[in-house]
Amino acid sequence: MTISGRAIVLRGDDIDTDRIMPARFLRAVSFDGLEAHVFEDDRRAAAAAGARHPFDDPAHAGARVLLVNRNFGCGSSREHAPQALARWGIAAVIGSSFAEIFFSNAAALGVPCVGARPDDVEALMSRVGRDPAAIVSVNLDRMLVHGGGIEAACSMPAAARSAFLAGTWDATALLTEDFASVRAAAARLPYIAGFPPAPAPER
Amino acid sequence: MGSTLLEKVWDLHTVRRLPTGQTQLLVGLHLVHEVTSPQAFDMLRLRGQPVAFPDRTFATVDHIVPTDGQPRPFADQMAEQMMAALERNCREFGVPLFGLDSDDQGIVHVIGPELGLTQPGMTIACGDSHTSTHGAFGAVAFGIGTSQVRDVLASQCLAMDPLKVRRVAIGGALAPGVYAKDVILAVIRALGVQGGAGFAYEYAGPVVERMTMDERMTLCNMSIEGGARAGYVNPDDTTVAYLRGRRFAPAGDAFDRAAAWWRSLASDPDAVYHDEVSIDGAALGPMVTWGTSPGQSIEVGGRVPRPSDVAEAERSALADALAYMGLQPGSPIAGTKVDVAFIGSCTNGRLSDLREAARIVRGRRISTHVRGLVVPGSKRVREAAERDGLHEVFRDAGFEWREAGCSMCLAMNPDRLEGRELCASSSNRNFKGRQGSPTGRTLLMSPAMVAAAAIAGEVTDVRSLLPAAEAS
Repeated sequence: MTISGRAIVLRGDDIDTDRIMPARFLRAVSFDGLEAHVFEDDRRAAAAAGARHPFDDPAHAGARVLLVNRNFGCGSSREHAPQALARWGIAAVIGSSFAEIFFSNAAALGVPCVGARPDDVEALMSRVGRDPAAIVSVNLDRMLVHGGGIEAACSMPAAARSAFLAGTWDATALLTEDFASVRAAAARLPYIAGFPPAPAPER
Repeated sequence: MGSTLLEKVWDLHTVRRLPTGQTQLLVGLHLVHEVTSPQAFDMLRLRGQPVAFPDRTFATVDHIVPTDGQPRPFADQMAEQMMAALERNCREFGVPLFGLDSDDQGIVHVIGPELGLTQPGMTIACGDSHTSTHGAFGAVAFGIGTSQVRDVLASQCLAMDPLKVRRVAIGGALAPGVYAKDVILAVIRALGVQGGAGFAYEYAGPVVERMTMDERMTLCNMSIEGGARAGYVNPDDTTVAYLRGRRFAPAGDAFDRAAAWWRSLASDPDAVYHDEVSIDGAALGPMVTWGTSPGQSIEVGGRVPRPSDVAEAERSALADALAYMGLQPGSPIAGTKVDVAFIGSCTNGRLSDLREAARIVRGRRISTHVRGLVVPGSKRVREAAERDGLHEVFRDAGFEWREAGCSMCLAMNPDRLEGRELCASSSNRNFKGRQGSPTGRTLLMSPAMVAAAAIAGEVTDVRSLLPAAEAS
């Protein structure tokens, strides 16, 4: 499984999901249209300062791979953040590390987040900065990222990787297929089935 | 070899090993709120699936609730639509809802424990990162996203990778004016905002053992700010005493049997941890954040860092945070002018938080340039505070006394910062724009420190305002 396309570079450590999707856009009952608001406050701040946010740079329009630094997606568990990125067109993320809930949320949408060494991420970022048309790819079979002549190893927890390769990243089917075992597990739990007689009096 | 609480609870809830190698983990209690659930219920509808265990699922409304006593329909049409969607989803799928018409409504992480829904040994999930709060009871509690909310609704299960356990021991005793909030801010500063990735934090040691349940909840609540998806405290006498008599806790003889089982889940003395960290609680002072990440904090007597104080790799983040905050490197944090004071949230919106803040406020007035808001974490907290007369204490001082909800912690309701306002806040995140204004600024601190800042009109050491007998 390989995802490839042009890339977009978003520099900075600890970019939180409030940055990616400010809370006011969570006032909705669907995820429709969120892509229009991805990084909205940062984009406005950049424009006000006479600069251009990467997500407003026409050179990166249509990018499929997002390049980020450390602890991307920290903070709130809002799936609205990866939903917005995916709806904007991002199909894979390469970064030096990810916050766990963001990673899981993105995985559940079929968007792999792969880790790479910080200097490899920097090399890819510089390359794409010089040549926005460079094609960057994430190969989950070989766990390699490529871009503009650079090849680097990438990583992902084994289970998430195998779910991507098997196409079972949407876990609902997997979790509902053996419901008898779920019921049996529930029936073993004291707080559902009843607490056992105490072996000794309560202290 | 002994086991940790996490290992015991994990094993008890393991349904099977999935082909991916992950664990199919049963969720004992699923808590639902209006922001992260509508899309999940819609996905169930689309797939024609019921809620698997509606009797292990409970909902409330907290994030979007106006706290100024607005009647339905809300002035904000989107908020009204979200509220109506939750009501319809709960009705159609048979999920109990503690709505605005219920005396038990409140922030999901406040009412779960308050009702006795949260119990030791449970696995708990909620579409909210602060679900880690429930670990205070010796539960294993995860924040999840909406697709996982769908998974739990459909199957009562999550596909999970195992967590490592780090024991975080807080030694000594806290000085007067130093609270659980200061401890967790110090933990996050010490271990980093991503230090907890892959871990559950087990909080232990004399300071934690002496903490009330409210304090343990504050501690576990912000585990996620340290990158740990879960944090917990082993159940003990304090846990058992808190739960006795709660509405959803076992009653009579069953309570004693439950209590014995709860205690048996505590980590064994010879449990093996991935690693252990010790922090001297006696050395801690009141903490204040100066930046835009919860790890960027100092003691109230300290100075905002200079670029030369931090590692080369941290300098651009420091410069960026200080430019946003409008703070000068090397300047004392005390004396920073405050525009808004917010007391509330799932971190610090419980009765004991309001009591501590009221102790500072009593007989004083908040500064004329400060807008002060007290937002109880639940209707029950509000009612209990009013029985104590705390609402009068706050109102007499110039604070607004509001209805229960998440309010200005994340500003999904009308309570928000304006422009570059700077807020002394008892909440959990100081991210850019977090409190509703894209340029608004947040200084995280304990509720007592927020009260002190409101009175002084600037960041100030709460210890100077403590009743004389205590300020040793």
